[in-house]
Amino acid sequence: MNKGKTKIEVQNLNFYYGKTRALKNLNIACYEKRVTAIIGPSGCGKSTFIRTLNRMNDVIPGARHEGQILIDHENIHSPKIDVVELRKRVGMVFQKPNPFPKSIFDNVAYGLRINGLRNRDKLEEIVERSLREAALWEEVKDRLDENAFALSGGQQQRLCIARALAVEPEVILFDEPCSAIDPIATAKIEDLIQKLKQHYTVVIVTHNMQQAARVSDYTAFLMLGELIEFDETKKIFTAPANKLTEEYITGRFG
Amino acid sequence: MKPRSMKRKKIVQFFGFFFLRVCLYLVLAVLLLFLFDIGKKGVGTISWEFLTKAPRRGMTEGGIFPAIFGTFLLTLITAVLAIPLGMFAAIYLNEYATQSRMTRIIRLSIRNLSGVPSIVYGLFGVILFVNILKFGTSILSAGLTLGLLTLPWTITASEEALKTVPNSYREGALALGATKWQSIRTNVLPYAIPGMLTGTILGLARAAGETAPIMFTGAAFFLPVLPKSLSDQFMALPYHLYIMATQHHDIAKVRPLAYGTALVLIIFVLGINMAAIIIRTRLRRRRR
Repeated sequence: MNKGKTKIEVQNLNFYYGKTRALKNLNIACYEKRVTAIIGPSGCGKSTFIRTLNRMNDVIPGARHEGQILIDHENIHSPKIDVVELRKRVGMVFQKPNPFPKSIFDNVAYGLRINGLRNRDKLEEIVERSLREAALWEEVKDRLDENAFALSGGQQQRLCIARALAVEPEVILFDEPCSAIDPIATAKIEDLIQKLKQHYTVVIVTHNMQQAARVSDYTAFLMLGELIEFDETKKIFTAPANKLTEEYITGRFG
Repeated sequence: MKPRSMKRKKIVQFFGFFFLRVCLYLVLAVLLLFLFDIGKKGVGTISWEFLTKAPRRGMTEGGIFPAIFGTFLLTLITAVLAIPLGMFAAIYLNEYATQSRMTRIIRLSIRNLSGVPSIVYGLFGVILFVNILKFGTSILSAGLTLGLLTLPWTITASEEALKTVPNSYREGALALGATKWQSIRTNVLPYAIPGMLTGTILGLARAAGETAPIMFTGAAFFLPVLPKSLSDQFMALPYHLYIMATQHHDIAKVRPLAYGTALVLIIFVLGINMAAIIIRTRLRRRRR
C-alpha cells in the first residue's frame, strides 16, 4: 500500500499520570487520509494515547509527557502552537455520545459560533454540509430545532461527528466511538469512517478487533502502555510478527 | 428460602417503613404547628395600616413599614455582594483552580465558615465595616456583614451546581477548539445557573431572618423614618421582632404586634424562597 504523507509522527512518547507510566516509549506514524486503529486490552493506554494527540490530557492534574508528537512536522507541544488552534485542527469524537443539551442545529454550529461565525446563511450552509457528511442530514433535516437528546444513541454519535466536521479539522480522533451504541448504528459509523478518510486523517481507538480489521489501513497493538506491533492492518490480522499480537487477535486474552 | 423467614422479613420491612413515616410526620407536625400558631396569632394584627405605617406611641401602636422596608433594602445589599462574589468564587474554585491540597483547605474553610455562629459575623462586621472601614453603624455595614455570612452558602451551593454539569460538556467544547472560558460560558454556566441562583437565594432568605449580625452593625431600636442613604441606620423585621418579644417595656401589650411581625417575616422569607423556585423553573424551561 502506498503510505502517503506522514500526518502525525509520535516519537519516543512517554506519558505519566503522577508516578504511573501509562505510555512507554511509543513510536507510531499516522498517514494522511488513512485510518489508523489503536487496539489492545483494557487499560493498555489506548485512550491515553489518542488524547495526547489533541492534548486533551493537558487538563488532567499531575499528567505529563516526554518525547514528541509532530503533526505536519511541527511539535504540538511547542510554545508556538496554541492548544485551542490545535484542537480545531485535530477534532475528537468521544466514547459516549456527548451532544450538548442544545438543538441539533446549535450542536453542529457550536464550534463555528465560538470561532465568531455569526452569519446565519453561512452557518446553515456549513451545518447542512456537516450533517450530510456525517450521514445524518436526511434523518434530522426537518427537526433541526429539536433538542439533540431526542436523537437515538447512534444518531447522537453521528451528530457529534458532524459537530467535529463543522470546524473543518484535518485529523479526526475517534475514542471507541461505537462502544455505547448498537450494531446497526455501529455499521453506519464504520461506513462513515470509510468515507471520511477521503478527506481526513483518522485515528480510531477500538475494543473491537473486527472493527479495526474492517475500517483501518494501519493498526497499532498496545499492551500495558507499550507498542507491541504496528503495521498495515492486513498484515497484523493475517500474519502478525509478534506472538502477543497473534494471541490477542485470535482472542486468547483481552 | 423458608416461608417463616420470609414472613419475618415482611414484618421487619413493615415496621421499618412505619418508623420512617412516623419520623417524617413528627417533623411536619412540629413545623405545621409552629406556622399555624404564628399564623393564628398574627393574622389578626395584619392590616393595611400595620403594613404601611410606622410604629407609634413607643411602638405599642401603628405599623412596621420601616422594618419591612429596612429588611427589603438590607437583603438587596446582601444580594449585591453575595451573589456575584459567591458565584465567581465558585466558578474559580471549581473550574480553574488546580485541585490541590491548598484548594481542599480553602474548600474546607468555606464549609466551616458556614457553621460559624452569626453573632461572630456580627462582631466581625463591627470591627471591619463599622470601625476600620468607617462605614459607621449603617445599613451598608449591616448588609455587607450579612453578605459575608451568606458567602459560604453561596459558594458551596454554586460549586455543587457546577459539579452537576457533566464533564463531557466541558471536554466536548474544548475538543472543538473552545477556550476554557468559552466552554464555561457557553456550555457550563447555562446549565449551572438555575442551581447556582437557587442555592444563593436560599442563602439570602436565611440572611434576611438574621438578628445578631445586624444588631451591632446598623439596625436601630426605633426609627420612624426610612433610611435615605447607605450610611443611615434602619429598622429590620427580625430585630424589631426581637425587641417586641423581649426588650419592650410593655411586652404583654405589644404581643399581638410581635406575632404580626413574625408572620410578616415568615411570609417575606417564604416569598424569597418562592422566587428561587420560580427562577429555577423558568430558567429550566427556557433551556428546553
